[in-house]
Amino acid sequence: MAKPENEITWRDLEVGIVVNEPGNASVYCTGDWRSQRPVYATERCIKCGTCYIYCPDMAIKILRDGYIEHDLYYCKGCGICAQECPTGAITMVEEEE
Amino acid sequence: MATRVGMEVSIAAAEAVKQANADIIAAYPITPQTHIVEHLSELVNDGELDAEFIPVESEHSAMSVCAGSSAAGARTFTCTSSQGLILMSEIVYAVASLRLPMLMILANRSLNSPLSIWNDHSDVMSVRDCGWIQVFMENGQEVYDHVFIGFRVAEDRNVIIPFMMNIDGFMLTHVIEPIGLLEQEVVDRYLPPFQPLYRLHPNNPVTMGAFGPPILFTEAKKAQDEAFNKTMPHIIKAWQEFGDLTGRYYHPIETYRTDEAKIVIITQGSLGETASIGIDMMREEKEPVGLVKIRLWRPFPFAELREAVKEAELVVVMDRAISYGGPGGPLAGEVRSALYPQESRPRVANFIIGLGGRDVAPEDFVQMVQQAKAQPGEWYEIYGVRE
Amino acid sequence: MDEYLDRLNIYASRLVSQKEYFVPGHRACQGCAEALALRLVAKTLGRNNIVACATGCMEIVSSPLPLTSWKVPWIHVAFENAAAVASGIESGLKALMRKGRLPRQKINVMAMAGDGGTSDIGLQALSGALERGHNMVYVCFDNEAYMNTGIQRSSSTPFGASTTTSPAGKVVPGQVTWKKNMPEITAAHNIPYVATACSSYPFDLMEKVKKAADIEGPAYVHILSICPTGWRIPPQLAIHAGRMAIETGMFPLYEVERGKYRLNIDLPELRPVEEYLRFQGRFRHLTPELIEKIQQRVREEYEKLKRKVEMTNED
Repeated sequence: MAKPENEITWRDLEVGIVVNEPGNASVYCTGDWRSQRPVYATERCIKCGTCYIYCPDMAIKILRDGYIEHDLYYCKGCGICAQECPTGAITMVEEEE
Repeated sequence: MATRVGMEVSIAAAEAVKQANADIIAAYPITPQTHIVEHLSELVNDGELDAEFIPVESEHSAMSVCAGSSAAGARTFTCTSSQGLILMSEIVYAVASLRLPMLMILANRSLNSPLSIWNDHSDVMSVRDCGWIQVFMENGQEVYDHVFIGFRVAEDRNVIIPFMMNIDGFMLTHVIEPIGLLEQEVVDRYLPPFQPLYRLHPNNPVTMGAFGPPILFTEAKKAQDEAFNKTMPHIIKAWQEFGDLTGRYYHPIETYRTDEAKIVIITQGSLGETASIGIDMMREEKEPVGLVKIRLWRPFPFAELREAVKEAELVVVMDRAISYGGPGGPLAGEVRSALYPQESRPRVANFIIGLGGRDVAPEDFVQMVQQAKAQPGEWYEIYGVRE
Repeated sequence: MDEYLDRLNIYASRLVSQKEYFVPGHRACQGCAEALALRLVAKTLGRNNIVACATGCMEIVSSPLPLTSWKVPWIHVAFENAAAVASGIESGLKALMRKGRLPRQKINVMAMAGDGGTSDIGLQALSGALERGHNMVYVCFDNEAYMNTGIQRSSSTPFGASTTTSPAGKVVPGQVTWKKNMPEITAAHNIPYVATACSSYPFDLMEKVKKAADIEGPAYVHILSICPTGWRIPPQLAIHAGRMAIETGMFPLYEVERGKYRLNIDLPELRPVEEYLRFQGRFRHLTPELIEKIQQRVREEYEKLKRKVEMTNED
């Protein structure tokens, strides 16, 4: 996306309002919706990937070594990863902490 | 070069769709559109036209299938009437905004209630503002020719707007007329294969029909309006080139005996031929009457209309639909808008005629002109009604 | 830990492709298991997939101009016509490939809609598309009400649920009709493949979507899509809620492949429905009598389903 939406003129729009930058919504930060953040304890992680598969916001990355990383740019803080983690390796803490 | 054969106009339309090498035909049966789609399904099932004929479960789905197939880059045709148009109208608007080119023939028929399968223009007037290019056809030859012209204009990279042909139900769809058919080679020269600007394909994964928040919705509509307002020269060019290839030239409006005409009748569609007989009768009586036939309904040819009636003192507009609580008929409203900016403008009388298949004879035009002359002021009247 | 999730392999999650075709930055609510289901569906169908999307939550959250969450070709036209639009795309591609104007390749066409867009306003277009036999996958993301417009009841809302148009009142206890059985309605079209799925069972879901795409002809996948906002549950319980729906028999996971029924998770004993209902705000008002009524219905429906499994698998 070249311009912020309040600067887009009618001339900037594609024919038929087609959006021809696939997946450009990934510039949009949903991380600031969060009131709780996930805290990840590597030592308890068994690398099962359960958190990864259940994340509705694609905010968990599986690293090459099998451990995971939260992408706080997108994480909305829903807490599914903490709830579903079989070993309690993820806990949710208040964002202001 | 061309052969001239007697043919039902619906069959001629279907044959033109075949010659245009349409890829997708999606339609739901409704009188009086049926002969067109019946013949097309025959052409497909006999292997004469390589296309997918999709016998959908409703007109709403017909137009939705057309949206999908046009978005996939296929040359797309559909055909409906009356209630069918009303049912699909949600998607008729959507495809225009999505800028999905396609051709639709609307076999004009009145709207319920009471149910009537016969002809008037109340169906098309319900989607007057839908963002399609709209033309009214006067005879079978125009219908046949405009299948090619319609696809060509709709798919033109400078246009990319769906195209609607209005042909009067029964009065035109079901009559046999001599039609000059084009050689395939001429069609192919005039109508190149459809090359969509965007298509749904994994090689370029576009998003079509995104949601428009208030901060961009107005810009989206402005873009659509601008695009529509730029279509006129491209439509005229398409007509010109068609004429150069075939010798049959078309224009936004046609005039008949408007030379020194102090009174001008305005019609749309197949009534033009009847009206011209009425004009001849009046001219015999030295009545200075001429006829203006409006072929291009959207975009409306404001300048051409002003030019055509510039000598007139009285304009008698023949509408075939009612705009309840409005100006009378929708065509009269448009004519008055066209004339309003002029310092001196003719008086406009408005008759609503031919509703639900009511016959209109040449003599009726004579009578309406007499009444319009005698009755001063701007008014409208439903003509020929039993009191 | 879910006892069924890992029946394949505890590391199965890591074997799944990390490529996403429905990308982050979408605006679904916290804990939206419909977005999760969509993510899994898009992931399974991969690059060569064209999506016709009905109006609804997933449409709104994924395509606010000038942004799109889609990495595959995608179109939205209206609410009730996803199946018809997909029919047009499928037919268009077929014609163009046959006529040599597009290179021949396998491109999946997917239609998607919510429960309203499927079981209510889009039912006719869906039925038409299934009957005509278009080669496409129709996915219903069923969150059991019109969530996008503010949690109004649909024909897919379960009995007893309180919604904004079936509120739990002093006289009427919420939704008074039973959930419309869309999988059975689609199966009655004799299409080659019908399945139910839930994002709480991601591998089962992905296997089914893959099968639906591989099968020639129309396929229908009905996904229970937990909506924390509309169901009034804490977002972190979205996966748990789906699990309870299956384990109580409220939403059995099954397939109908060429007329043969198969229960994918066949529980020897169902959990009491109360375990599903009690933590959801939409069911909070239910009396023990109403819960018993639901329990009975679930038992009967589950038995019916088991009989279909037996009947269609007899030699």
